Amino acid sequence: MNMGNDKLLVKDKDVVVPGEVLAQGMNYLPGQGTYRYNDKIIANRLGLLTIEGKVLKTMPLAGRYLPKKNDIIIGRVIDILISGWKLDINSAYPAVLPLKDATFGYIAKGADLTKYFELDDYVVVKITNVTSQNLVDVTCKGQGLHKLKGGRIIKVNTHKVPRIIGKKGSMVSLIKKATGCKIIVGQNGTTWISGEPEMEVVTVNAIKMIEEQAHKSGLTDKVKSYLEKATGKKIEVRIKE
Amino acid sequence: MMNQDLKAHINEALKKGVRLDGRKKEEYRKIEIRTGVIATAEGSALVKCGDTEVIAGVKLGIGEPYPDSPDEGVLIVGSELLPLSNPEFETGPPSIDAIEVARVIDRGIREGKTINTKKLCIEKGECVWTVMIDVLPLNYDGNLIDIGGIAALAALKDAKMLEVNDNKVVYGKRTKQSLPIMSMPVPVTILKIGDNLIVDPTEAEEAVLDARLTVSILEDGTLCALQKGGDASLSVKDINEMINLAVKKSQDIRRKIYEAL
Amino acid sequence: MESRYNKRLDGRGFEETRPIIARAGVINKADGSAMFRIGRTTAYAAVYGPRELHPKHLQDPKKGVLRCNYNMMPFSAEERVRPGPSRRSREISMVTEKALLPVVNLEDYPNAVVDVFIELIETDAGSRCAGICAASIALADAGIIMKDMVAAVSTGVIDHRIVIDLDGEEEHLADLDVADIPIAMIPSTEEITLLQMDGKASKEELFRAIEMVKPVLKRIAEVQRKALKEKYKG
Repeated sequence: MNMGNDKLLVKDKDVVVPGEVLAQGMNYLPGQGTYRYNDKIIANRLGLLTIEGKVLKTMPLAGRYLPKKNDIIIGRVIDILISGWKLDINSAYPAVLPLKDATFGYIAKGADLTKYFELDDYVVVKITNVTSQNLVDVTCKGQGLHKLKGGRIIKVNTHKVPRIIGKKGSMVSLIKKATGCKIIVGQNGTTWISGEPEMEVVTVNAIKMIEEQAHKSGLTDKVKSYLEKATGKKIEVRIKE
Repeated sequence: MMNQDLKAHINEALKKGVRLDGRKKEEYRKIEIRTGVIATAEGSALVKCGDTEVIAGVKLGIGEPYPDSPDEGVLIVGSELLPLSNPEFETGPPSIDAIEVARVIDRGIREGKTINTKKLCIEKGECVWTVMIDVLPLNYDGNLIDIGGIAALAALKDAKMLEVNDNKVVYGKRTKQSLPIMSMPVPVTILKIGDNLIVDPTEAEEAVLDARLTVSILEDGTLCALQKGGDASLSVKDINEMINLAVKKSQDIRRKIYEAL
Repeated sequence: MESRYNKRLDGRGFEETRPIIARAGVINKADGSAMFRIGRTTAYAAVYGPRELHPKHLQDPKKGVLRCNYNMMPFSAEERVRPGPSRRSREISMVTEKALLPVVNLEDYPNAVVDVFIELIETDAGSRCAGICAASIALADAGIIMKDMVAAVSTGVIDHRIVIDLDGEEEHLADLDVADIPIAMIPSTEEITLLQMDGKASKEELFRAIEMVKPVLKRIAEVQRKALKEKYKG
């Protein structure tokens, strides 16, 4: 065993790119976003490197949303079917909201479905099933799942959503507190914002700032600083990093 | 796709003077103009306005004049909505929207007598200069007619004539002589959303417009081209207000173009 | 073999490329994008996808489809290029796709398409290679899983002299035999994904050219990777 030749060429939280050699030697193991070629571990997607013991893996920094069961997302009604509604969920794959999952009430056969959801309505839904061909079923029955009224929609990179929400929702709470806006961030990146027009703009700017700097540290302070400047008032809130 | 809910929301915000990106109703995004960016073009310009980025190139040639104007050079404006610049654009022949952009920019330049086409005549009825302007978005986030129009004007101003050998153009051999430019008709598009008038719309604002009016304006305030778009109708009062706003904004735009040249 | 081409027209070394500039993330609405400039040849690439693929009969239920579209802007060449696809641009679109396919993994995207649009805003030879380089950066920028970049450059054999990165002037040399050999390669494995040739060369000259271009393509791949990292700095 060539233990002497084992070499780690990158460090934790480095931005790595396809083809980049991360480590040499059989001592290291390839995790998500990396692969082994001969005695090298190489990155196979643009991502943030994380080192867990001997395992090298990357958190993706880019890419479209891939539907996952139990994700709460925001979709837009693009078609009314006999069996329900078809939604654009900002992914390569549309979702279907079946009649039985639209509401807790009873919908008669042949009823006018537009009474519930119309074309271009935005809805907060939960993914109940994803097939191997990426056919997606969603439900609107449940806590926090409903049609959206008013406000505006922006689209953010799905991979930045965890950062925008923050640990236990701390980041999005910070923005809500500062701007007074209602905010719902879908796992698919589709985000709903509702409040005073000027505060909505501040919210959008704060979210864009997080999107652009998601891979950097000290972000919470930068965002807090921007929000205080933009709203002209200090924010008193306990922040968990 | 127009979302009535979103449109109502934008309207409410506009009533308070706030646009989706925080701009005021009469505020343009930051405009940057660079000329001489493409060496293979006889004249070129790259114009950035917010997230919209348009490139215009001028190619010169020699050909036959149109039969009804035997002593005038030929001017052609082309445009395409490149699928590179926006997820909504598809490959294929120019869509009607692309055709409208090209024709409206063309109308402004042609009717504003930007180029003295009589000076582009080499031999009456036989041989004239052809000026082909192509206006293409690299990044599309609204207001292509205005930004494309500005890029076309800057590219024309940047252009230099080519050497001619035996009535054939020698590509790559540039002279110091500019095109015979006589005027600068600046296009300004005003959007009507509800009762609000805005300039320099983003893609999101264009999606909820009721109507729009593109006005091409000369230095002295004379109008030389108009185009109404959008599904809704305009009252005479609307048109008056829109034209006044367009003329006012054209002065800022014209100054920006001159600063860049 | 002796050669009469002993000094390059622009004074470059035989293995020297023209100056290269590469940038990632230049087109905001795209999922991934890049600009790649070599000498004056400038290519922009935008990636949209994975997204829904229409018409349905083009869909692959096992994996996503890669679709490349190469186009030259009308003012990008000395003689104006008529807008619209030509036989040449369609062929280049196809070989570009074939050059990129071996590195990408689209298994996570059955029935979907990853569209790559390449626009040449200015050309001075080597345009298909610049397009491939830009497309490669753009695909990585879009988060597509790829085992490596794909780097490409035009090599040439001018009167038995092997040169790297043929420029427009060299391409049009009238009094010497010129062979234009665009080559694309996966840097980590040295596998070739694009190989075309226009002109005469001996088999031995061809293989020498391939050997000579390998280190150049590895350097170009480093430039491509650096462009991606630059986007996340600062």
